[in-house]
Amino acid sequence: MPERKATEGTPLLEVSDLHAYYGESHVLHGSSFVVPEGQVVALLGRNGAGKTTTLRAIMGMVRDRRGSIRFRGQELIKLSSDKIANLGIGYCPEERGIFASLDVEENLLLPPTVAEGGMSLEEIYSLFPNLKERRRSSGTRLSGGEQQMLAIGRILRTGARLLLLDEPTEGLAPVIVQQIHDVITQLKGKGYTILLVEQNYHFAATVADHHFIMEQGKVAEEVRKDELEEKQDMIETYLGV
Amino acid sequence: MTELLGIPPQVLFGQVMLGLINGSFYALLSLGLAVIFGMLNVINFAHGALYMVGAFVAWMMLNYLGIGYWPALILAPLVVGALGVVLERTMLARLYHLDHLYGLLLTFGLALIIEGLFRNAYGVSGTPYPIPEALAGGQNLGFMFLPNYRAWVVVAAIVVCFGTWFLIERTRIGSYLRAAVENQELVRAFGINVPLLMTLAYGGAVALAGFAGVMAAPIYQVSPLMGQDIIIKVFAIVVIGGLGSIFGSMVTGLGVGVIEGLTKVFYPEASSVVVFVLMAIVLLVRPHGLFGRPRT
Repeated sequence: MPERKATEGTPLLEVSDLHAYYGESHVLHGSSFVVPEGQVVALLGRNGAGKTTTLRAIMGMVRDRRGSIRFRGQELIKLSSDKIANLGIGYCPEERGIFASLDVEENLLLPPTVAEGGMSLEEIYSLFPNLKERRRSSGTRLSGGEQQMLAIGRILRTGARLLLLDEPTEGLAPVIVQQIHDVITQLKGKGYTILLVEQNYHFAATVADHHFIMEQGKVAEEVRKDELEEKQDMIETYLGV
Repeated sequence: MTELLGIPPQVLFGQVMLGLINGSFYALLSLGLAVIFGMLNVINFAHGALYMVGAFVAWMMLNYLGIGYWPALILAPLVVGALGVVLERTMLARLYHLDHLYGLLLTFGLALIIEGLFRNAYGVSGTPYPIPEALAGGQNLGFMFLPNYRAWVVVAAIVVCFGTWFLIERTRIGSYLRAAVENQELVRAFGINVPLLMTLAYGGAVALAGFAGVMAAPIYQVSPLMGQDIIIKVFAIVVIGGLGSIFGSMVTGLGVGVIEGLTKVFYPEASSVVVFVLMAIVLLVRPHGLFGRPRT
């Protein structure tokens, strides 16, 4: 297993030799990568490569997992997901997870504060003005783009400094994708660390500092932003684009 | 006053009142069942037994400790709630990852054990519990005589149901509960201690059953079988109202009570089956209940 080292910054999250199982099926086969503080890191790969499972394993949502996941040096592999969230990790699931029986504002207020320095409701509304207009609507009455904004906005209030975003651009119109892009750039400017799962390589290329390409449940390649061009062919082979 | 639809008004209003009383207990119990099913995915067959325990705790407090109705109205639900917390922590919590048949079997077994213990100690004939002095007597409303205690039961049940509705629909902890009903895993990944929330939900819901038991004690006999008699009807009411709607449980509970009362006036032979006939009709027309949403 080659050592995956961070090029710059201290590692905020270190995943090494991560295995995960759903019942009988072995989904992650010794995945290893590092997320440096203050950077945007993208996990790329085809469907079924294990990207979503990696995020779920970090959050403790996959019960059967082995290996090591360290956040600020602390081992997470044995912790329950509520404890992991309370250490300061915010999770935005692929299916967005907006609650139908809660209105927009209740959805925003749902995740408890885990650390100081989270955004206020007003700051989140200024980032996503649509949500303010619809604050009393039921969460699932929103458009796909608005639901995605709600799902991201919801974890900004908590003070979590590491955000796990699972396919934030999936199924969205180009104008919304651009908005999500701007938000991610702004969050990076505010010092957030972001681990992004993406199918959309072109989107990831514009926001991420670092790319890890997953294949068959482990990280196969590491690509820095400045290597994107020279490694273009290799990336396209892996992703099948 | 003359007759109404060929029925003396005293009889008609008397039965409507009785229906509201029964409906109050149906509402309190079905509310708890709906919360437990929503949160824990458990069909709580022990609910009737815990209602009976609430009545017996009040009776025992009065007869062994000299503690009267009003303190018992607070203390007995706390005792039942604490018992619920212990049952949830030590037994039910181990079954959540299994099919809900297992929860049903466990709680059914618990109900048999609890009822068996009380039957062994107190027999089946039942013992009376006095109406508290402050609520003795009644009002003559002209068209009917209204016992004070019965009016109190209806008002208190509505207030408690409304309070529970408010807690669940309008507060922060209620939003945790609603969200956890939809997607427990994600709520937990936001940092909320879901197992604790489930324990509290079970404890709170069975405390409501205990509260209903204390309120029922002066009306019905305090008997080890009182829970069995009522719980089957309450399950039918939960089916009629549909799971997942707090408001629906309340309205259905009271409504079914009144319909049952009216049936006693107009066609007494059907009064004990009318609930189940209603259930069958609702299941045919709206399988997820009058107020329920289809579960996805």
